[in-house]
Amino acid sequence: MDTSLEISLTVNGVPVRRRVEPRLSLVDFLRYELELTGSHVGCEHGVCGACTVRVDGELVRGCLMLAVQADGCRVETIEGVAGTGEIFDLQQAFAEENALQCGACTPGLLLTAQEILRRNPRVDEAEIRRGLSGNYCRCTGYHAIVQAIRKAGAGRAGGTR
Amino acid sequence: MKPAPFVYHRPATLEEAFDLLERYGPEGRILAGGQSLLPALNMRLATPAAVIDINRLPGLGAIRLAPEGLVIGALARQDAVERSPVMAQSAPLIAQAMPHVGHLATRTRGTFGGSLAQADPAAELPACVVALQATMRVARRAGTQEIPAAQFFRGIYTTALAPGEILIEVAVPPIAPGWRSVFDELARRHGDYALVGLAAHCRVSDGAVADARLVFTGVGLAPVRASRTEAVVSGRRLDPGVLAEAGRALEGDLDPPADVHASTALRRHLARALLTRVLTRLVGN
Ligand code: FES
Ligand code: FES
Repeated sequence: MDTSLEISLTVNGVPVRRRVEPRLSLVDFLRYELELTGSHVGCEHGVCGACTVRVDGELVRGCLMLAVQADGCRVETIEGVAGTGEIFDLQQAFAEENALQCGACTPGLLLTAQEILRRNPRVDEAEIRRGLSGNYCRCTGYHAIVQAIRKAGAGRAGGTR
Repeated sequence: MKPAPFVYHRPATLEEAFDLLERYGPEGRILAGGQSLLPALNMRLATPAAVIDINRLPGLGAIRLAPEGLVIGALARQDAVERSPVMAQSAPLIAQAMPHVGHLATRTRGTFGGSLAQADPAAELPACVVALQATMRVARRAGTQEIPAAQFFRGIYTTALAPGEILIEVAVPPIAPGWRSVFDELARRHGDYALVGLAAHCRVSDGAVADARLVFTGVGLAPVRASRTEAVVSGRRLDPGVLAEAGRALEGDLDPPADVHASTALRRHLARALLTRVLTRLVGN
């Protein structure tokens, strides 16, 4: 029985139309159908945050949403968000503070960091750590990551004063 | 892992949703925020024939003040509940509990009603609605029915919802003068399910606890009301002697299970520590 459904959405501003099986997760759709492999897959049950993307401007777990649920939505991945320059300062701060090693966690961390700073650029360390609680990094350690986010936040808060 | 195949439906009205629930019976699963169902599908712990996605049912995501209190739509996203300006005023217990529910990127999808209908024994929100004596509004084809929160949670992942029924909203009665709320929990990492959580909603008068509602999570199959402990603290000033007496009473209220996260003895110890912490904060501020 063919249970597949046609969906249309925009991904990084580009209109996309595809037939998908209902059981296909959004992150697998992005990776396998659209070859946007910047969103990573770790645990597939919502624990690690590697699959983080934005749907209609909200941060979501790409492994905990079905591709069919994104029908009609505006999806943004690390490729799109980095491409517009929106997180250039965060990327730079991550590099300067050595906040990445293997990079498995980095796309998810950057998008999460961007959401933390969007909500409050003057965020303190405790709030950053709470905000990052759903993103695992298994090699860098969190200290450098927190530092990088504070640095980018300080730059933004200074810039808007 | 990847989910087993299923058919996907996205009803546009409650009527359509009832049709689908009837058609599939136990083989149909309601998909709300999906932050518990999707992991279960991915790990093939759940293999339903049909997934019935209610996310686009209209009118179930609102948070509004009504004569009967604060009404929270079942599909209100947890993040929206957390950030709603009326919450701190009209349901401070829920406002305090919300940051403990999962993580930033799960609260944006996870729904208020979904967490209640899921009835995870360690979840925060069930304990809160029991402590607040909220009313659960449940829709079925024949009409809407109201269930008191205290009768809604029946056991592990088990509620009073019958086949064909959908939780549509929750009404939290207005906070009466003198009542205060404190929620806190102990977990190994922020965002994990609680090892022990406590939703306290009490009337404080003259520095003493006049009426107490103490509801624990993570220590039983469903939210546990600590009625012996409530009786000990009611009408008394919380000096160290009363707190010690309350801690002893709590032993009789709780019979926490042991699992990979914590032993029974550790949970008992943590529950006592949390009780002291929460009660002290409750009368102190
Ligand atoms: S792959 Fe989605 S949270 Fe780990
Ligand atoms: S840099 Fe390797 S997991 Fe974070």
